Amino acid sequence: MLERERSEILDEIRRFARGIYEQLVGHEFPRVSIPDRSTSNIIFDPQKRHYVLGPKRTVRRADNVKHIRSFTNLVWVAYYVHNLVKAGKSSTLRDVYYSAEAFDIKFKSQDESDEAISDFEAILNIPRERLGIFPEERSAIFGDLTIEYTCAGYEGQRLNLTSHPDGVMIGPALATSNFVSTSAERVIVIETGGMFTRFVEERVDKKYRAILIHTAGQPPRATRFLIRRLNKELNLPVYIFTDGDPYGAHIAQVIISGSANSAHIPDLATPDAKWLGVWATDIKRYKLPSDSLTSKDVERLHQMMRDPRYQSSFWQEQLETFLELKRKAEQQSFSRYGLTYVVDKYLPEKIRELERG
Amino acid sequence: MPREKLEEISPAEFFYRNREMAGLDNPARATYTIIRELVENSLDACEAFNILPDVRIRLLKAKPPSTYEVLVVDNGPGVRASKVPIAFGKMLVSSKYTIRQTRGTFGLGGKMSLLYGQITTNTTIKIVTKPISSENEYEFELRIDIERNEPIVVRSRKRKPSKEWHGLALSFCFLGDYPRAKWRILDYLKQTAMIVPYVNIHFVDPDGKCFVFKRITSKMPPPPKEVLPHPHGVDVELLSRLIKETRAETLLDFLCKHFHRVGERTARKFLDSFGLDADADPKKLSDGEKALLAKLMREYNGFLPPDASCLSPVGEDLLRGGILKELNPEFVTVVQRPPSVYSGHPFIVEAAIAYGGGIRKSDGILLYRFANKIPLLYDAHSDVSTKVIKKIRWNRYGIDIEKDPVALVVHICSTKIPFKTVGKEFIAEVKEVEYELELALKACARKLQRYLSKKRRAERHKKRVSMFEKYLPRIALFTSKILGLEKPPDTAPLLRRLYDAREGKKRNIR
Repeated sequence: MLERERSEILDEIRRFARGIYEQLVGHEFPRVSIPDRSTSNIIFDPQKRHYVLGPKRTVRRADNVKHIRSFTNLVWVAYYVHNLVKAGKSSTLRDVYYSAEAFDIKFKSQDESDEAISDFEAILNIPRERLGIFPEERSAIFGDLTIEYTCAGYEGQRLNLTSHPDGVMIGPALATSNFVSTSAERVIVIETGGMFTRFVEERVDKKYRAILIHTAGQPPRATRFLIRRLNKELNLPVYIFTDGDPYGAHIAQVIISGSANSAHIPDLATPDAKWLGVWATDIKRYKLPSDSLTSKDVERLHQMMRDPRYQSSFWQEQLETFLELKRKAEQQSFSRYGLTYVVDKYLPEKIRELERG
Repeated sequence: MPREKLEEISPAEFFYRNREMAGLDNPARATYTIIRELVENSLDACEAFNILPDVRIRLLKAKPPSTYEVLVVDNGPGVRASKVPIAFGKMLVSSKYTIRQTRGTFGLGGKMSLLYGQITTNTTIKIVTKPISSENEYEFELRIDIERNEPIVVRSRKRKPSKEWHGLALSFCFLGDYPRAKWRILDYLKQTAMIVPYVNIHFVDPDGKCFVFKRITSKMPPPPKEVLPHPHGVDVELLSRLIKETRAETLLDFLCKHFHRVGERTARKFLDSFGLDADADPKKLSDGEKALLAKLMREYNGFLPPDASCLSPVGEDLLRGGILKELNPEFVTVVQRPPSVYSGHPFIVEAAIAYGGGIRKSDGILLYRFANKIPLLYDAHSDVSTKVIKKIRWNRYGIDIEKDPVALVVHICSTKIPFKTVGKEFIAEVKEVEYELELALKACARKLQRYLSKKRRAERHKKRVSMFEKYLPRIALFTSKILGLEKPPDTAPLLRRLYDAREGKKRNIR
């Protein structure tokens, strides 16, 4: 983190604390104004093509017995983050949850501490990654990209992301590093670990000049943040390759349009990213081995059809096709045509289609 | 045609053959019934003479196995020496053939117990009494001639008492089962101590354990008065008996002399309204006319209701005291209803609800039932009060009758308790009694509701304040630390504002 940015963040936290402190000194029960993160205030912005937070705010008051605990939690998170930023360290969401105990702050579950962190992000309008707080799960990146660290102790050190065949973990250090150089022409985001490994083994990064990212399911915010940076800063098109089911489609959609959960965080969505597959129509076209949809899948598909993010004709067609076929297919299902079929045939065909527009 | 053989049996024999009627059908039940009958006789005797009852019970193992000897000593008026053989050795003789509230009616239960003891162990009954009006103490050993219903005095002795006392000591052996009767007996004594808080009971059981229930007051409710029967409660049998004994020469005079709350005016109005001759000689009525008269008396609604002076309720203070003593609850409320009447019998309902404290609760309704100051331990589910309790919508009063630590107490006193069976264990569904019970319990429920909502409000307020006490200083601490300040701002003035604020009173404290 840059020294200038760090002192800016510390100033913001101190401004927050001073507001409360001054109310206390004036013998007032303190109150804070927080952007409203409830669903009624989460709006899909058609211009920006992702979710944003509306203008509503709520007031948390220390004289309300229903607020007093969450008010204290919020103030403790501010204190914790202040220490973290001051020391230039990072921690996971789970660390935050456990650290509270030493201060006799008892979160009922990690959900509650995550909630307090989200509130604090919304107040400062700074994503928690920039405050040094990351989720536990890590996804990986592989490809010809050289980065330069900005984190404490590694400032200026460089790394090429082909240096480890399992990929390099996308953690706080990587997410905040600067991009130095790349020969890649595109980014391929992959849902499952098996497919990511196959792509690395089959040298997809070389053959298709691609940076490969493994999301391990729904991608963490740091990964979404990194995908957006690759797209915006390096101008690389982004293709998302997931299982051919409602869950996979939604992984793609969250990368493209953002999620309601993080509507208060700007710069997470990559509206220009494209879903490469497995499309519902691919199941028919490539005659893929498939499974029946569960009743939960069907329910989810109906929900998605009403979701503002899925209103384009492309998405509607895909969702309808799932419902028509009543089938879903995994990425691995291409193996029926041999292990390399997906890399040799499917991938180039789809990229060509998408790049033609 | 074979002639049916008619056999006359004596009352003593009749009762022995039907001993299950009196609760003597097995050794365990008999153990409980015997103690209960003897205690109740002692209490009735003391109360009739306005003596604070002091009852000592001792149960000993005797030979052969399963035989017990019971000894009960009271401080009542005692029994005159000349009356002892009849009083204890002959069935259907009682000091209680009057209309007033007593525990037993005919003194039957006690004598049944003696009879049961004699038959199961073939031993004699020992009685020592010092009548209150005599200088001497008398000792008797009796046996009952079952076939002839006659007492046999085996031995009797008169002597100067070795100490200052009056009362009755009675002991005999019987076939019993204490281990299986133990909890029932202790329950009975505890509940008796609750409804009769001016009694002292000492009970030493066969294991040598001593259970003491001490009185908490020396105040006794005024003793019940004897009254004449009320015309609404009359049947042909009673009417015939009264006509046989009366000296009245006219119907008018007869009605005025022998019935409760019937004066000349009332009697005349009654006779006129049915066109009956006021000067008729009651002794000349035919059986049919007697039956008609009884029916008209029962149905005429111009009689004044019976007055309740013949009743002896426990009273709100004494009942409260008894409940506090035996249940040790954190809250108790007692309601006494004004007297009411069913079929010519006056009655008074008393009810109480106790909450919390020593009341421990498993699932279900905790109900203590009493009739004329005796605990009813069996068949609660068939009792009228159970029906009423199930009818009341307790959740309206913020009470979960099944789960909250709540004990209900109901007491009905009357010259005639409407027991449903001869077992004297549960009360029939009499409309008037039901109505009074419901009003009494609802009045208690309202008071408990008020107490609970006050208590819950106070608890809520305390809990709220403790939340602020816990969290406000931390808000002050963490904000100061962020700002690098040594001393956090003082939150005491804010907390003080909370202590003063009562729920809902101050708008700014939410």
